[in-house]
Amino acid sequence: MANELTAGKTFGALVDIPRCIGCESCSVACKLYNGLDWEAERKQLTPADRAAEANKGLWPEDWTSITQYNPEKDGERTLRFVKNQCFHCDDPACVSACFSKAFQKMPEGPVIYDQSLCVGCRYCMLACPFDIIKYEWGKAIPGCRKCQMCAPRVAQGEAPACVSVCPTGALFYGEKDQVLEEAKRRIAENGYIDHVFGEREAGGTSWFYISDVPFAAMRFRTDVTTRALPSYTKSYMAATPVVGIGWAAVLAGLYIYNNKGKDHLD
Amino acid sequence: METVRKRWTFKMTPVRGIFILVALCALAIIVVRLILGLGATTNLNDQWPWGFWISFDVLIGVALAGGGYGVALIVYVLRRDKFYPIARSAMLTSLLGYVIVVLGLLIEVGQWFNFYEPFISWGHHSVLFEVFWCISMYTLIQVLEFGEIATEKVFKGAHKLLKRIMPVLLVVGITLPTLHQSSLGGLYYEMIGKLDPLWWSPLLPPFFLVSSFFVGPAMIVLETALAQKATNHVVPVPILKGLVKISAVAMLIYFIAKIGDLFVAGEIGNAFAGTFASNMFLLELGIGCAVPLLLFFAGACAKRGGLILYGLCAVAGVVMNRFNVVLTGMGEYLNRAGGQYFPSWMEFVVSAGLVSIACLIYLFAVENFNITGGPKHEENAPQSGKFAAE
Repeated sequence: MANELTAGKTFGALVDIPRCIGCESCSVACKLYNGLDWEAERKQLTPADRAAEANKGLWPEDWTSITQYNPEKDGERTLRFVKNQCFHCDDPACVSACFSKAFQKMPEGPVIYDQSLCVGCRYCMLACPFDIIKYEWGKAIPGCRKCQMCAPRVAQGEAPACVSVCPTGALFYGEKDQVLEEAKRRIAENGYIDHVFGEREAGGTSWFYISDVPFAAMRFRTDVTTRALPSYTKSYMAATPVVGIGWAAVLAGLYIYNNKGKDHLD
Repeated sequence: METVRKRWTFKMTPVRGIFILVALCALAIIVVRLILGLGATTNLNDQWPWGFWISFDVLIGVALAGGGYGVALIVYVLRRDKFYPIARSAMLTSLLGYVIVVLGLLIEVGQWFNFYEPFISWGHHSVLFEVFWCISMYTLIQVLEFGEIATEKVFKGAHKLLKRIMPVLLVVGITLPTLHQSSLGGLYYEMIGKLDPLWWSPLLPPFFLVSSFFVGPAMIVLETALAQKATNHVVPVPILKGLVKISAVAMLIYFIAKIGDLFVAGEIGNAFAGTFASNMFLLELGIGCAVPLLLFFAGACAKRGGLILYGLCAVAGVVMNRFNVVLTGMGEYLNRAGGQYFPSWMEFVVSAGLVSIACLIYLFAVENFNITGGPKHEENAPQSGKFAAE
């Protein structure tokens, strides 16, 4: 997949919230590139409507969305737009939760999903720390749906479709450490809140957010653990075979010892 | 050959008629679910991807089937032979519990036809991977264990072989549930920050394991009380008393660990916060542990009535615990932005139907195979000499 431009590199994206004007070009580009369906009815919805949805406007056919909030800044109500999509965690909970490897973390950064391997247990949806994964409840043969970070484009050294169309520079894309550097430069330059959301959240992600108003006022999950979620299960899973074999050995020993010289029970 | 008797029997009674009716309704809904999908039959949604079927059919089904591996451990491995008369029925109910679990899972997952994927595409980092392997293997083992009983009557040629491998089946058949009973709790490790800390704990796996162990005898007490009417099989009180004693010791350990865990995590105050979740938590521990432990230590479990009350409380407690983990404990997080879930009537009917199917199979098996043994069934069970309690 990767070519000479991308081999060995990891990419990330930055969302500069104050720079976003809510034009939703990114949403349109996403639909076009990924061939996602759209309903005329849902086109009537505004970013404010989406902000009121439990899903923040993310649906099986809406992999990215713009939500609008009116947080307070310097004592006045202001207008801020947030782009929502999968964070593409460094050590993703969905990948570790999936028991049939339907989710995969690409070396370049994207976390992708393959429906042909999916059983449909939906453990990934509950495990996801940002509640990104959506399910096709209406279909007889449903799958999970979420942003794939335009994995084929990223592998070829191109930016995801959404980033490539952003007219304001609110979206910035590149190698991950450069994106982080840019995030910190913009924070210093514009006097933003000194927090790159996504740098540590859930153990680190590929999508970073910077803002001049508190993240909590824009439905960010600010209380999310900064430990990578798979680390909670790793030692448990590593211990399982040892415990299992040890316990079986103990049982076998007890069985032999206790049945010695006795008639076997049926 | 012994006396001529009908090879297969199934006595129709009004209760069995109801079971059949409910099972047929459930099957009809299952057909609808397979054709129209989960959205048309359940109230599950993107905020609530797991609901009634996961909590009842799977988590509660597996927990309440804990009597099977528990009794196998006590009788066959530790050779407490006095419990032998209930071994076969306990292990059969466990098998039927897993039949509910497997059928329930098959209709619960979206792409049921892909059920075998984890066998070939190993997501071995997932706790669910372990649960899946253990539950499938254990169900298979239980079928073979039942095969050892069934081949007394049909396919007699295989009986000797099955009997010979029984020790292996038993040892593996205790190891696997020990693993997956705990791992069902381990599934919720990933839900840190989502599941209420009254339930989320690094000790979730041992909590799930121990509760499945102590609820086993409680289920056996209830099952034998129910089956007594249907099958004329009376289990002597001393056997049940002995089982409940084992259960109560495990329950006491669980109860102390549970409270200790809250103290260590600094969450004990939240148990009395007066919220819906905290009240459910108190109810769960009160009815599920405090009351039965009081009953036991007050000596009320010497009689059948006290035993049944102990059984009812312990089962209710574990049922509440599993519902609380999947539903109550996740509620505050999943509903915080306007999510909501209450099971649809179809979800209830399907679960009731699965239970009905299991009951029907149980009744059929008890009538046609030597499950309950004992002198009462002398005429139906030619080999019953072996089954007298020691």
